[in-house]
Amino acid sequence: MENLLSIIIFTPLIAALILAVFLRGEDAAAQRNAKWLALIATTATFLISLFVLFGFDPSNPDFQFVEDREWLMGLRYKMGVDGISVLFVMLTTFLMPLTIAACWDVTHRVKEYMIAFLVLETLMIGVFTALDLVLFYLFFEGGLIPMFLIIGIWGGKERIYATFKFFLYTFLGSVLMLVAMVAMFVDAGTTDIPTLLRHEFSAGSLSFAGREIVGGMQTLLWLAFFASFAVKMPMWPVHTWLPDAHVQAPTAGSVVLAAILLKMGGYGFLRFSLPMFPVASDIWAPLVFWLSAIAVVYASLVALAQSDMKKLIAYSSVAHMGFVTMGIFAANQQGVDGAIFQMISHGFISGALFLCVGVLYDRMHTREIDAYGGLVNRMPTYAFVFMLFTMANVGLPGTSGFVGEFLTLAGVFQVNTWVAAVACTGVILSAGYALWLYRRVVFGGLIKESLKAIRDMNLRERAIFAPLVAMTLLLGVYPALVTDIVGPSVEALLSNYQTALNAAEAATRLAQN
Amino acid sequence: MISDDLSVVLPEIALAVYAMVALLAAVYTAKDKAAPVLIWTTSAVFFGLAVWLGMSAGGTRTAFGGAIVDDAFARFAKVVILISAGAVLLMSTEHLRRSRALMFEFPILITLAVVGMMLMVSAADLMTLYMGLELQALSLYVVAAMRRDSLKSTEAGLKYFVLGALSSGLLLYGASLIYGYSGTTLFAGILSTIEGGEMPLGLLIGLVFLITGLAFKVSAVPFHMWTPDVYEGAPTPVTAFFATAPKMAAMALFARVLHEAFGSVPGDWGQVIAVLSLLSMVLGAVAAIGQRNIKRLMAYSSIAHMGYALMGLAAGTQLGVQAMLVYMAIYITMSVGTFAFILSMQKDGQPVTDIRSLNMFASREPAKALAMLVLLFSLAGVPPLVGFFGKFYVVRAAVDAGLVWLAVAGVIASVVGAFYYLRIVFYMYFGEEGEPRLDGAMPPVLWGFLMVSAFAMVAGVINLFGIEGLALSAAQTLVN
Repeated sequence: MENLLSIIIFTPLIAALILAVFLRGEDAAAQRNAKWLALIATTATFLISLFVLFGFDPSNPDFQFVEDREWLMGLRYKMGVDGISVLFVMLTTFLMPLTIAACWDVTHRVKEYMIAFLVLETLMIGVFTALDLVLFYLFFEGGLIPMFLIIGIWGGKERIYATFKFFLYTFLGSVLMLVAMVAMFVDAGTTDIPTLLRHEFSAGSLSFAGREIVGGMQTLLWLAFFASFAVKMPMWPVHTWLPDAHVQAPTAGSVVLAAILLKMGGYGFLRFSLPMFPVASDIWAPLVFWLSAIAVVYASLVALAQSDMKKLIAYSSVAHMGFVTMGIFAANQQGVDGAIFQMISHGFISGALFLCVGVLYDRMHTREIDAYGGLVNRMPTYAFVFMLFTMANVGLPGTSGFVGEFLTLAGVFQVNTWVAAVACTGVILSAGYALWLYRRVVFGGLIKESLKAIRDMNLRERAIFAPLVAMTLLLGVYPALVTDIVGPSVEALLSNYQTALNAAEAATRLAQN
Repeated sequence: MISDDLSVVLPEIALAVYAMVALLAAVYTAKDKAAPVLIWTTSAVFFGLAVWLGMSAGGTRTAFGGAIVDDAFARFAKVVILISAGAVLLMSTEHLRRSRALMFEFPILITLAVVGMMLMVSAADLMTLYMGLELQALSLYVVAAMRRDSLKSTEAGLKYFVLGALSSGLLLYGASLIYGYSGTTLFAGILSTIEGGEMPLGLLIGLVFLITGLAFKVSAVPFHMWTPDVYEGAPTPVTAFFATAPKMAAMALFARVLHEAFGSVPGDWGQVIAVLSLLSMVLGAVAAIGQRNIKRLMAYSSIAHMGYALMGLAAGTQLGVQAMLVYMAIYITMSVGTFAFILSMQKDGQPVTDIRSLNMFASREPAKALAMLVLLFSLAGVPPLVGFFGKFYVVRAAVDAGLVWLAVAGVIASVVGAFYYLRIVFYMYFGEEGEPRLDGAMPPVLWGFLMVSAFAMVAGVINLFGIEGLALSAAQTLVN
C-alpha cells in the first residue's frame, strides 16, 4: 500500500468530480444523492485513513508511508506522515463525515456545497501530508478557494465583507511565505522538506539599510513564515478576520474553519519555523510568547462582551490558539506535546461548540444570546451536550481541554514564568465567558414565547455529537493516546533544535574570540 | 545561397503569400461574404504552420547575413503566437457577425500582423526588428479601427496609431544611436563591440530608447496609457487578439534584443526592466480596482501580467527567460479562455461589458461560471491552478538573481490584484437573485475554448503539458 496517502487525499476529490459531472438537477432526489455520496466518500476516507493510524509506527520519528514522484522543475510530489502530522490527518478525516452530516438540512445549491467540502477535504489532508515546500503551499493556499465560496455563497448577511476579508488577509500572509519558500529553494537547491529539515540556513547577521538584522537570513525567512501562519492561526493582532468569517460562515463552514483550518498555522510552525529556523525561533520566541499571552487575555475579555454566540466561540478559539503558539515556542517536550494535544482537542471541542450553535440556529435562525434562555426545560439532551463541551472549553480536568492547557502552561512556565502567569488568568476568564454563555442560553426560566415549542436534538444530531463526546472524554482521561504517537517525533525535533542552537551559539562564541 | 536563406524564412513567406492570395481571391469573389470561410481557412493555416514549426528539427539556422535567425526560442514563440492567433480568429466570427463587422480584411490583416510577429521573434538585426514590428503594428492599427461607424473604435485606432508611431520613433532613434556607437545593426555585432569592455554612453542611451519603444509594445508602465482605451474601444475580438499574440511577440523580441545584443551587460538593463516590472505590477493591480468595464479591467490585468513576465526578464538569466516564456504561454492560455467568455457576454444581441451584468450568472449557467471561476483564480495566481506556476517561475527567477525586493513587491501586488478578479466571482456567485442581465446562449466555438482553457488550468498542475522543457531549450539557445 505505498499509495495509501494519495488514496486518502484523492478519494474526496474523485467523489467531487463524480458529483460535478454526473449529478444533474436540483430536485430533492438529486440533493439527497449528493449528500449521501459526500457522506459515503468522507466516511470511506476516514476508514481508509485508519490504516494509516494503525500502520503507523510511533517509535519511529521519521516520515512514514512516503510517496515520492517527479514533478515540475525539480519539485517533487512527495507525501508522508510523521508523529506530528498523522494525528492532524486523522482529525480531518474524522471530522469531515460529521461536518457533512451537520449540513443535511441545507437546501440551497446542495451539489455545489458538497463539492466545495469534498475539495476542501482533499486540500486539507494534502497540507498535513505534503513533504515538498511547493506542494505544501499548493494545498495550503488552495484551501482558500473552496472556503471563499463556502462563506460567500452559503454565508449570512454580511458574508461578502467577511469572505473578502478572509481571502485577502490570508492570501497576503501567505504570499510572503511563498517568497521565503523560493528563497529557501534557491539557497538549499531543493524543496524536499526532510532534506530542508537538515539544511542549516545561514544565521549570520546581515545588515540592511544600515541596520543589523540579528539572525540574518533565518530571521527573514522566519518572519515571512510567521506572517502566514500567524494570520492562519490566528494570533493577536492579526486575528480580526476570524470572528467575521466565523459569524458569517454556515455552520459546517465554521466547524471546518475552527477545527481544521486554524490548525494549519500551528502545524506550519511545527513543521517549518521551529525545526528549519531554530536560531530565529529562539530570537523571536519572546515576541510569540507575549503575543500569545495578550491573545489569551484579550480575546477572553472580548469574548465576555459578545452578544453573538458564534462570535463568542470564535474569540474563545483565538484565546485557545494562544496556548498553542505559546507551547510550540516554549520548545520543550511538555510545551510542544501540549500544543499538539491542544490543537487536536480544540478540533473536537470548537467543532462541537459550533455545531451546538448550529443546532439552535437551525431552529430559531438567530445567534443572539438574548434570544435564548431556559433551554434546559425543553432540550435536556442538548443541555447535557452543550454543558460537556462548555466544560471542555473551560478546561475541566477529565476533558481533553484540560490536558492541552495544562501541558502548554507547564511547558511555558519552565521558559518564561511571567507569560505563564498571565496566560493562566486566561483559564479563569475562559471559565467566565463560557459558563456565563451557558447560563444565559440554557439555564433560567423558559419565558420567551418563541422558545416554547423548540424541540430537542433529533437522532441525526445525536449521532453527530456522540463521536465528539466520546473523543473529548477519551482524550481527557487517557491523553497518552495522543502523546504516545506525538512524543518520539517531537523528541527528535527538539533534540535537533537544541543541537542547532548549541552549534549556532558555539559559532558566535568562536567569532567573538 | 539564396535558397538556403529563403528556406529559413519559409514559414513567413508561405504566410505572406497566403495573405496576398487570400486578399485577391476575396476581392475578386464574394468580398465580405467570404469572411467566415476565410477566417476558418486562416485559422487552419495558422494551426498547420504551428504544427509544422513544432515538428521541425531543432538547431539554429541564420539567414541573410545573420539578420534573421530560426532557433528553438523563435519556434517556441512562433508556435504560441500562431496557436493563439488561430484561436482568437475562430472565436471572433460570431461576435463580428452580430456587430455587423464581419469583413474579409480582418483575417487578412491578422495574417499580416502574424507575419510581422514571426519576423519580430526571429529578428537578429535592428532592421529586421523594426520591419517586423512595423508590419505587425500597422496591421493592428487598422484592425483596432475596424468598426468605422463606431466613434470609440475609430478613436482607439487613432490613439493606438499616434502613440504607436511615437514609440516607433523612440525605438528608431535608439536604434540609430546604437548603430552609431557600434557600427553595426546585427545583434551579434553589437554584442562583440561591448564584449569585455565598458559600454559607451551613447550605446547606453540608445539601449534606453530601444527599451522604451519596446515597453510601449508590451504596455509596461509608464508607457501603458494607450492600453485601456484601445482595449475598450476596439471590437472585442480585436481586444482579445491584442491581449494574446502581440504580447508574446513583443516579449520575445524584448528578450532577444536584451540577451543577444546586450547580454554581456545585464546589469545595465536589468535595473530598468526591474523598475518597469515593478510599476506595471503595482499599477495594473491598483488601477483595475475601480473598473466595471470588463475590457478595461482586462487591459489593466494584462498590464499587471506583463509586469510579472518582465520580472523574469529582469533577472537577466537563463532561468529568467525560461520563466518569462512559461509565464507568457500560461497567460495567453488564460486570456484566450477569458476572452472566449467575454465575447459571449451579450443581452438581446448586444454585446455587454459591464461586470455587474454577471449578477448571479452561476445559478443559471453553472458550468460556464465554474470555468470562468477557475480562470479568474488562475489569473489571480491562486494555487493549485496553473496561473500560480507562472508566478512561481518568475518569482524564483527573480529571487535567484537577487531581486528579492521585486519578488516581494510582485507577490504583494498580486494580492491587490486578486481583489478585482474575485469581484467578478462575487458578481457571478454571491449576488442577489434578480432579472437575468445576460443571455445564456454561447456559440459552441467559444464554449469549447472556454472549457479547454479552464481544463488546462486545472490539469496543467500535473506537468504543465511539458511547456517547461520546451521553454528551457528555448531559453538555452538565447542565453548560454
